[in-house]
Amino acid sequence: MDSLNNYIMVSAVLFSLGLFGVITRRNGVAVLMGVELILNAANVNFLAFSRFGGMNIAGHVYALFVIVLAAAEAAVALAIIINIFNNFKTINVDDVSELKQ
Amino acid sequence: MITGNIITDFCLLILFLPLLAFSINIFFGKRLPRQGDWVSVGAVLITLILSLSLLMNMFMNWDANFSHEAQFSWIDLGAFKIELGFWVDNITIVMLAVVALISSMTHIFSLEYMKGDIRYSRYYAYLGLFTFSMNGIVLANNLISLYIFWELVGVSSYLLIAHWYEKHSAAAAGKKAFLTNRVGDIGFFIGIMIMFTAIESFNFQDVFAGVSQGLIGGSLLTLAGVGLFMGAVGKSSQFPLHIWLPDAMEGPTPVSALMHAATMVAAGVYLTVRLFPLFTPEALTIIAYVGGFTALFAATIAITQNDIKKVLAYSTVSQLGYMILAVGVGNYVAALFHLLTHAMFKACLFYGSGSVIHAMHHSLHELHDHDTDPQDMRNMGGFQSKMPITHWTMVISTLAISGVPLFSGFLSKDAILAGTLAFAEHYPQHFLLPVFGFGAAAITAFYMFRLIFMTFHGEAKMPKVFTGIHESPKVMTFPLVLLATLSFFLFYTLPFFNPFSDHGWFTELVKASDSVVPGSLSAAEIYEGVHHAHYPAMALSLLVASLGIGLSYLMYLKKKLSAEDWAGKMGFLYKWSLNKYYFDENYNRFLYQPLLKLSRAVAYLDWDLYDKYFINGFGRVTKLLSTITGRIDYDGLDQILVDGVGRSAEGLGRKLKHVQTGRLQNYMLFALVGVIIILVFQTI
Repeated sequence: MDSLNNYIMVSAVLFSLGLFGVITRRNGVAVLMGVELILNAANVNFLAFSRFGGMNIAGHVYALFVIVLAAAEAAVALAIIINIFNNFKTINVDDVSELKQ
Repeated sequence: MITGNIITDFCLLILFLPLLAFSINIFFGKRLPRQGDWVSVGAVLITLILSLSLLMNMFMNWDANFSHEAQFSWIDLGAFKIELGFWVDNITIVMLAVVALISSMTHIFSLEYMKGDIRYSRYYAYLGLFTFSMNGIVLANNLISLYIFWELVGVSSYLLIAHWYEKHSAAAAGKKAFLTNRVGDIGFFIGIMIMFTAIESFNFQDVFAGVSQGLIGGSLLTLAGVGLFMGAVGKSSQFPLHIWLPDAMEGPTPVSALMHAATMVAAGVYLTVRLFPLFTPEALTIIAYVGGFTALFAATIAITQNDIKKVLAYSTVSQLGYMILAVGVGNYVAALFHLLTHAMFKACLFYGSGSVIHAMHHSLHELHDHDTDPQDMRNMGGFQSKMPITHWTMVISTLAISGVPLFSGFLSKDAILAGTLAFAEHYPQHFLLPVFGFGAAAITAFYMFRLIFMTFHGEAKMPKVFTGIHESPKVMTFPLVLLATLSFFLFYTLPFFNPFSDHGWFTELVKASDSVVPGSLSAAEIYEGVHHAHYPAMALSLLVASLGIGLSYLMYLKKKLSAEDWAGKMGFLYKWSLNKYYFDENYNRFLYQPLLKLSRAVAYLDWDLYDKYFINGFGRVTKLLSTITGRIDYDGLDQILVDGVGRSAEGLGRKLKHVQTGRLQNYMLFALVGVIIILVFQTI
């Protein structure tokens, strides 16, 4: 069970769940959570490749970068969502369609 | 001593200063102080000084063969070349002095005569234009620039005759002068073109050289000569184109003095003198007969005229005929001499008549009489006591024109008459020419004294008007006195003092040159004949002059002979003369009316037939064609093809816009689907 395929499979499931969340959820925060899942699927891949694929220490470093980036992204995105809520009294992304009209 | 380039500079200044005055006055005249008259007077006085210095220079040189030429290229197309330039010789210098003198006298005289005129500055502008063009004629060294200035003179004459164009007769007279001159100018132009085709140069010297080399000759040269003479006939108002000059008296009197007596009308004589070497004997015979006939014929009209200016006008026509006659008999130095003396005394006579008319006008104005004609001599009489200066200056110039010894006219007239006598001796078949000459001399003396007696002597015909008559102011009498002084013989015979011989600076410095036409009499032969005929001519001319003066004295001063009786006895002759031989009426009936009819017929063809059917038809067809092509273009091409492209793009866009929902999640879904499709295709 300690093989690359298993890890990639887990990662693929995680990515698909994340993507499904991003595409289907109406709630802004839930969309953000989907994005986090996608990022973590990528992290699993990095680590799997560093263990089995010869990426070695570089995979760890990239994973750390992604985590930092995810934190920053979450902070910015949450700030945007709070602002959206302040302006529209909702965080439903479908309702935020001012530019379309 | 003035030589070379300085002469060219002088000529340029003399030519262009009046043009400068014209330009200033025509554009800014009304805004300048005194309406700009000082600009014109100043310019013309400077040209007078320059011309007189050239004249003095001529006296100091004392060279009969003096000549100076300067030219520049005007049109240079390689093979075809026209050069303009100056040709200055003693004739030119004398003419320049005459033009400048009479022109400046006119400018000064007009200061008073035209005072308060509605177009005062424009009047002075036109005077400048005229002086410019007249100087251009005199200075020209080739036929083409001569022709240009010739036409410019015609234009300024037209503008000045029609100066008071509110008056219908003045406007008509201007038009008549211009059109009549055009008739002559057509002949002139044909003559120029014949010469150019044969010789391929406009320059006088080249033309003369070409004629003497035989590049042109025989009847073609005669034709060219007659053509060139046609120009002179028009401008110098010779029979049968004499009709415009008497009408030109509608213009202001100073203008009549300057242009229609002294200078412009003399341009025709100047032209024949300049071109004398190329006239064939046949052409010269025609010239002589035209001149001689005009001299006599115009004199017979002048006898019966009552308008003071009309008398002078016909007298001018007659005297110009004299000059042309002199050219025709080959004695062209005498023609120029008479031109010079005539310019002085005729300008003086015109200024005198201007002075009289001015006085009459003022007097009538004070009486609020606007019906009496201020120019009719029947309303005058006895003005001698009221206007002594005008009277005496006019008497002096009348003595000069009548050919009384001690006066200038005697010398020049005598020279012309001697020329005709000599010619008749050479060719007895032309015995009529001296008859014309002496006949005209007698009649001239008669009608000129008639004018003096009717205007200044006898009893005042209208006592009320007479009381208001007064002498004209100094600016008007000054030119009179100066020109009357110049009517004495002394100014023309210096350095000699013989009042019975024309031997003087003029005959010393202006020498006749031989004709370049083979077979003509040489200048020396002509001169010999004239010299021979001098004394008989003098005796005869004295006789006829005293005859004319005596008859006039008896008829109009002593009233021994009744003018009315004589008029009655003459019957139809008197009526013909009074009505100017019905020339205007006959021209009207036999020339203008048929011409007008012809023009109307042509106009009918043009307007009603050609225009209506052909031109308008063309328009209609074009309109129809454009409608059809318009349809094709608009409905076919535009609607279907051009708009079709737009419409299909629009429809496609309308359909595709539904893809753009504005929802991010949809876009991501599409992106996902795309990625999946790519992956699927990759694996396959």
